[in-house]
Amino acid sequence: MEQWKGFKSGAWQTEVNVSDFILRNYKEYTGDDSFLEGPTEATTKLWDQVLELSKQEREKGGVLDMDTKVVSTITSHGPGYLDKNLEKVVGFQTDKPFKRSLQPFGGIRMAKQSLQAYGYELDKDVEKVFTEYRKTHNQGVFDAYTDEMRTARSVGIITGLPDAYGRGRIIGDYRRAALYGIDFLIEEKKKDLANTSTVMTEDVIRLREELSEQIRALVELKDMAKAYGYDISRPAANAHEAFQWLYFAYLAAIKQQNGAAMSLGRVSTFLDIYIERDLENGVLTEKEAQELVDHFVMKLRLVKFARTPEYNELFSGDPTWVTESIGGMANDGRSLVTKNSFRFLHTLTNLGPAPEPNLTVLWSTRLPDNFKKYCAKVSIETSSVQYENDDIMRPIYGDDYGIACCVSAMEIGKQMQFFGARANLAKALLYAINGNVDEIKKVQVGPAYAPITSDVLDYDEVMEKFDRTMDWLAGLYINTLNVIHYMHDKYSYESIEMALHDTKILRTMATGIAGLSVVADSLSAIKYAKVKPIRDENGIAVDFEVEGDFPKYGNNDDRVDSIAVDVVKRFMTKLKKHKTYRDSVHTLSILTITSNVVYGKKTGNTPDGRRHGEPLAPGANPMHGRDTKGALASLSSVAKIPYDYSLDGISNTFSIVPNALGKDENSRVANLASILDGYTAKDAHHLNVNVLNRETLLDAMEHPENYPQLTIRVSGYAVNFIKLTREQQLDVINRTFHESM
Amino acid sequence: MNGNIHSTESFGTVDGPGIRYVVFTQGCLLRCQFCHNADTWEIGTGKEMSVSEIINELKSYLPFIEASNGGITVSGGEPLLQIPFLIELFKECKKIGVHTCIDTSGGCYSTAQSFQENLQELLNYTDLILLDLKQIDHKKHKQLTGMSNKHILEFARFLSDQNVPVWIRHVLVPTITDNEEDLTKLGDFIGTLNNVEKVEVLPYHKLGVYKWEALGMQYPLKHIEPPSDESVEKAKELLTSSLKENKQQKEKEAVLLV
Repeated sequence: MEQWKGFKSGAWQTEVNVSDFILRNYKEYTGDDSFLEGPTEATTKLWDQVLELSKQEREKGGVLDMDTKVVSTITSHGPGYLDKNLEKVVGFQTDKPFKRSLQPFGGIRMAKQSLQAYGYELDKDVEKVFTEYRKTHNQGVFDAYTDEMRTARSVGIITGLPDAYGRGRIIGDYRRAALYGIDFLIEEKKKDLANTSTVMTEDVIRLREELSEQIRALVELKDMAKAYGYDISRPAANAHEAFQWLYFAYLAAIKQQNGAAMSLGRVSTFLDIYIERDLENGVLTEKEAQELVDHFVMKLRLVKFARTPEYNELFSGDPTWVTESIGGMANDGRSLVTKNSFRFLHTLTNLGPAPEPNLTVLWSTRLPDNFKKYCAKVSIETSSVQYENDDIMRPIYGDDYGIACCVSAMEIGKQMQFFGARANLAKALLYAINGNVDEIKKVQVGPAYAPITSDVLDYDEVMEKFDRTMDWLAGLYINTLNVIHYMHDKYSYESIEMALHDTKILRTMATGIAGLSVVADSLSAIKYAKVKPIRDENGIAVDFEVEGDFPKYGNNDDRVDSIAVDVVKRFMTKLKKHKTYRDSVHTLSILTITSNVVYGKKTGNTPDGRRHGEPLAPGANPMHGRDTKGALASLSSVAKIPYDYSLDGISNTFSIVPNALGKDENSRVANLASILDGYTAKDAHHLNVNVLNRETLLDAMEHPENYPQLTIRVSGYAVNFIKLTREQQLDVINRTFHESM
Repeated sequence: MNGNIHSTESFGTVDGPGIRYVVFTQGCLLRCQFCHNADTWEIGTGKEMSVSEIINELKSYLPFIEASNGGITVSGGEPLLQIPFLIELFKECKKIGVHTCIDTSGGCYSTAQSFQENLQELLNYTDLILLDLKQIDHKKHKQLTGMSNKHILEFARFLSDQNVPVWIRHVLVPTITDNEEDLTKLGDFIGTLNNVEKVEVLPYHKLGVYKWEALGMQYPLKHIEPPSDESVEKAKELLTSSLKENKQQKEKEAVLLV
């Protein structure tokens, strides 16, 4: 094809194989950041416009405009622009920026409530259609839920389940649109459809239906692009088209689905190949290349969904998790760092810090030094970057994987996950003590085992009961997820995202746990100190008296860290016993996002001394204030959690004041890069890095108007600090800031 | 062997090169008015930690330490009050290739034979000394720390004679250690040393004040605020000017010799 002129040929030309294309054509960059260009006039003008609209949105209470009538599909809305003459990359979810689309397929109630929360009324006809004629995912799930599942959900032992909204965490291989054009992709899917088994089992029928839907979605994608004046049936012929084609494919996904996390994948090095070709041909300058990246990233910053306030309580700050994975190593020993890896990070300077896209550096100890330094520098300046260990992921996922949401690795275009939120193990521990009676609502939730009646808790007895409670919980949890994902496939299938996957894919069942550090510290207290339960009139332990000191998770102390490791292994092992929907592979994450605050509210007093209502520590973090031996002790504790048992990711958020990182800028950069090298070498998985002073955050709470772009990493994503609820702001501020002097 | 340890910090970035595992020993002879670790003064208290306990923990931080060309720093308190323990500790550090550093005020330096012998052995395993020179003026030193500076300056001279690499550190306390004349004199003294790799001016801060209060002691410098950036720069200039001159002189001589 003429659009491929100048590219090195290979297997990628005859079948869909983006990875092969990248490895044959990309140009590794080991130099420094001195080549980078500032924003163009057009970029600054557009960004000012965005800042103004953001301000209006904030003043209006968080939402500027919402669609109440037109149901969002790939082709539902005509073209929308900021400023057509200035935008190098075009396309919005609706007919104008900042207008949130109406997406009822996940659940009509959620759609209606999101509108009501901001003073909008759902169109009566739409409501009628989605109540009387067209069933939604949400309704399907509740048709099938058992009483036990409903109870577990309402007491909060299993929470955040995607049963009323889009599950997300599926990454379409949006690069395919640029490299092949849509017609090629349709032909490939047609071949697959022609080659399914002809024995009509349920699996085959479903596959055929899904493939037909995928093909239909691809046709719609072409139509959508046509409305913007582009013919994307053929491959992209230059860098500008490659950015635009790729973005159209992503745009189709977010028009069709308001999944919790709508991640982008790993596009920067792929796009660099087009930029390099244009630079060589003299048809593009570095300034123009950066402009393309800036404009593309600007679009990614403007992805918006309609959400309810309850949803925001869980996932605070309006996140969309447009996660882009940058860097990493190729299996052949080269790094996958290109100039475009720098350009993407540089948008944080050109456009200022921002939570989205969720820029994720795949860190290897073997990355080029200049790139390591640049990442550290950007982190120190913006607190907007997260790091994940390429050296432990690459052996499992190969060298063309990306991160969905916060910490979920998956091979691009070849793997998807069934997002499973999380089970609250801190609460499960209380259930173990109380015979599976809920400590707050005082109802029997799990099987009625005998509660512990002793005056002082005995470690072995607690562990034995905890083990049984986890047995029950693991089964209930997997079964609940099976219901959810069966219904999501049925009523809210992601046809465009799946059209950008291979037909035969690997599916994972991505469970999660919350409250790990509370469980570890509680068990440590029971083992090493003396814990006396205080029981109410019904004999339910509602509080605990702790005598003596005990080792706490986060101090690199094996006595308690080994408990945390054991709990993770145990729970994962139990999950694996249960059959999953579509034979998906069990995985586990230790990640809470900002929901640690809500989970804390739903969890009573715990034996570690934490009070009812106090937030759990986020993800795999030690409980704030309990890690007293400095940053490396804290990091080393978390590094012990085995990735093999938590393949859906282990989130750790690290905040440090600039002065503690080093005396001057050079030593700060070097020390941060060394922390990441050391953490990676210790087989840890993920690290959010915040470099800021607590005073800045306190001031931002009082004077939000002065900090429109203040960004802070929370748990696997970044947020605009001033968009957090006050409660969550306080939670962030109360977390450990490493400030050794 | 055990040491009396106040605490450890796994991530030190201001006490020597790279990322440092810092051991704060318990006990000090000086009573500096600006001390930010007043809780480490009392001798013989703290918790006992064995060499192997420390080494085991240190080992778990090696990936960070190696990536940053860091090491271990023993601070305090006054580390040199526990030399036999330091010898054992640093011997073990050297076995695993860890850079060793002592942060000391030299307050317990003595020419007594037993001290000298121990010190000589310790220096065999010591890569760097961070030496606090608080005040060149004898009287003012006594007032500030409760002790004469005579043996401290002797210690500095001794390290120079032995060619042990040192970083000189000076805490800049407005009105107390920032007198221009004193700083010039101190700079002259530093200039006579031939083992100085670096001079650090540490701006006085109040982060340790709460410890005084917790110990039920009156903090004597309550009224003093941290110095300005300009005065820190100025002090740095005064403390290093003689060193720089001497260095240039030496370079010139070296050229002549060629």
